[in-house]
Amino acid sequence: MPYQHTILGKVYRFDSLQILLAKASPFRTGDALAGLSAETYEERVAAQITLADVPLKTFLNEAVIPYEEDEVTRLIIDNHDAVGFDLISHLTVGQLRDWLLKDETDTVILKSIENAVTPEMAAAVSKIMRNQDLIAVAKKCEVITRFRNTIGLKGHFSTRLQPNHPTDDPRGIAASLIEGLLYGSGDAVIGINPATDSPAAVAKILTLIDTLRQQFDIPTQSCVLSHITTTLELINKNAPVDLCFQSVAGTEKANTSFGININLLEEAYEATLSLNRGTVGNNVMYFETGQGSALSANAHHGVDQQTCEARAYAVAKKFKPLLVNSVVGFIGPEYLYDGKQIIRAALEDHFCAKLLGLPMGVDICYTNHAEADQDDMDNLLTLLGVAGCSFIMGIPGSDDIMLNYQSTSFHDALYLRKVLGLKPAPEFEQWLIKQGIFDGQSNRSVSASEGLLKNMGSLWIK
Amino acid sequence: MDKMTKPQIEITDPLSFLKEFTAARIAIGSTGSSIPTKQLLEFKLAHAHARDAVYSVMDTEVLEDALAQFHRPVLQLHSRAENRAQYLQRPDLGRKPNEESLNRLADQITGDDIVIIIADGLSAIALNENVLTLLQLLIPKLLDANLKLGPLCLVQQGRVAIGDDIAHELHAKLSLVLIGERPGLSAADSIGAYLTYQPKPGLKDNSRNCISNIRPGGLDLSLAADKIFYLVQEAFRMKLSGIGLKDNEGLLERE
Repeated sequence: MPYQHTILGKVYRFDSLQILLAKASPFRTGDALAGLSAETYEERVAAQITLADVPLKTFLNEAVIPYEEDEVTRLIIDNHDAVGFDLISHLTVGQLRDWLLKDETDTVILKSIENAVTPEMAAAVSKIMRNQDLIAVAKKCEVITRFRNTIGLKGHFSTRLQPNHPTDDPRGIAASLIEGLLYGSGDAVIGINPATDSPAAVAKILTLIDTLRQQFDIPTQSCVLSHITTTLELINKNAPVDLCFQSVAGTEKANTSFGININLLEEAYEATLSLNRGTVGNNVMYFETGQGSALSANAHHGVDQQTCEARAYAVAKKFKPLLVNSVVGFIGPEYLYDGKQIIRAALEDHFCAKLLGLPMGVDICYTNHAEADQDDMDNLLTLLGVAGCSFIMGIPGSDDIMLNYQSTSFHDALYLRKVLGLKPAPEFEQWLIKQGIFDGQSNRSVSASEGLLKNMGSLWIK
Repeated sequence: MDKMTKPQIEITDPLSFLKEFTAARIAIGSTGSSIPTKQLLEFKLAHAHARDAVYSVMDTEVLEDALAQFHRPVLQLHSRAENRAQYLQRPDLGRKPNEESLNRLADQITGDDIVIIIADGLSAIALNENVLTLLQLLIPKLLDANLKLGPLCLVQQGRVAIGDDIAHELHAKLSLVLIGERPGLSAADSIGAYLTYQPKPGLKDNSRNCISNIRPGGLDLSLAADKIFYLVQEAFRMKLSGIGLKDNEGLLERE
């Protein structure tokens, strides 16, 4: 069905919903690379004006990727909450924005529509929202998940401790890990990207973290971010798997390029759940996403990268994850060129995921060939803190020496906690206080943690 | 109000003893919650080096003169990406030779065993500084093995896959692309070597073998030359490259 709008006598026609969504997207290089962007500023706004008038019901009848061709579309349509949708079924995309921003639309009401809004509706409304709108609405959403601690409570904000090492050297990993803990990092997860995907190497790292966690009774969870098939193999060999990790994308074809599908995810989810290792909850999955992954796999079906990204959240949501994060700036400048595009994309990802009910964190990051630097990351970090982002990464000096990109440091998390008064997950905060790492006001106390340091050091270093 | 004392700035870190176990930026201390000035500026300098490397330009004239020692034609080529900004945004253009380059390639004698393609990639500095030494170590080995070496191609604004088109135009049996890798904060001068047997347009990365982090202080140039030479021989022996070509001598395994 064609959509159109006339501006000063010029008729803008958009032949399908997917074209309309793409043309309405704020500019980013990935959509231009795919040949999907609006040609002019005027065309973009024409598309946004047109999109604002599209009824939400249209999204249930016009799939951006056909139902028959794509299992992610089937997942979205088959799991749609028709009862919850009743509340907003009469609205257009533009009216949805107005409604989301109303004071009366509070946390409880937003929770009631998290299965009624489809990823495409979320993507659509985000395209006509300003950055402050994305922040304001996301802040109203609350998504709480649990494994050995509680993530996502209002006033709290967590970190993934990411002590990567280029050769998976256990002492190298341990050094960064100990430092991170002494900065109060790691309540979301202690999560390591392995340099190789060999099951033996992954098992070794898992055991290393698990030993440390048990010895010091740390109320957190660990994860080695290997491919899901490797994790499955390790579960079968009784390795200490807390969380099962996988990168997911918003189209079946892109997921195929990752070597996964929904059935495989289901199998891994059930296997991880069966280990029953959580103490306060059983959210056992950890997913990473990021705009541009579908295009990068040549699997975008002419759908813009932000809409593809939002569709990935439907995949993640099916498995009740403990954590989801966008690796927003990791993909490079051909998808997100500079600090402005990275910041916008991160706020969109965070908003869409929260609206859909996901525990969304962000890897606030950039590569050296992007037009971005640490100042851009400071801006994004602060914006996401205000928006109620569930967690960020904690990396020594913000320099990941394994993946060769820059993210957020242990210091960055402390900064955000201080300026916004945010606390770690409550169980983890209690542990930090008990160990003398933090005082009761979430201030870090270096000297008091020396005893702990001595014990930790003796684990592997000496 | 109490009289304020003069601030004394001395930053120490009780975790310094962990530094020997990793190159990660641990034990950098803190001032309040923030990174101390010295470490902040060290980071900025490392990022500045990486940024400068991305925007560095291949020293084509100096390289052309130096490459004369190998007694092969030197071709100056350019991708369809006109400048760095376009190169960064349009990887597709960096993978294709421009019209002028195609004409230049059409003039060449064809059918050699190997064509070596030197492309700026994301760090021209890496080539400017390291490629000549690498070739001085590698080319004699190739010639001693009676392999026929085609023209040496210098490519500006090039990505790895441009080697497929160039080698295909030259009817070469194997392409070796030496390209500047994306700079990290610890090194901005790494060369990546990509080897493709029977190169032709449209191949994917699984058709190639890659040796990365070639630089002094990374994978040493002489060891890199040995590894490349080994893979070249194996590619000709097995008549393939990519995932089917394994390094059975263990030469390519990560340390």
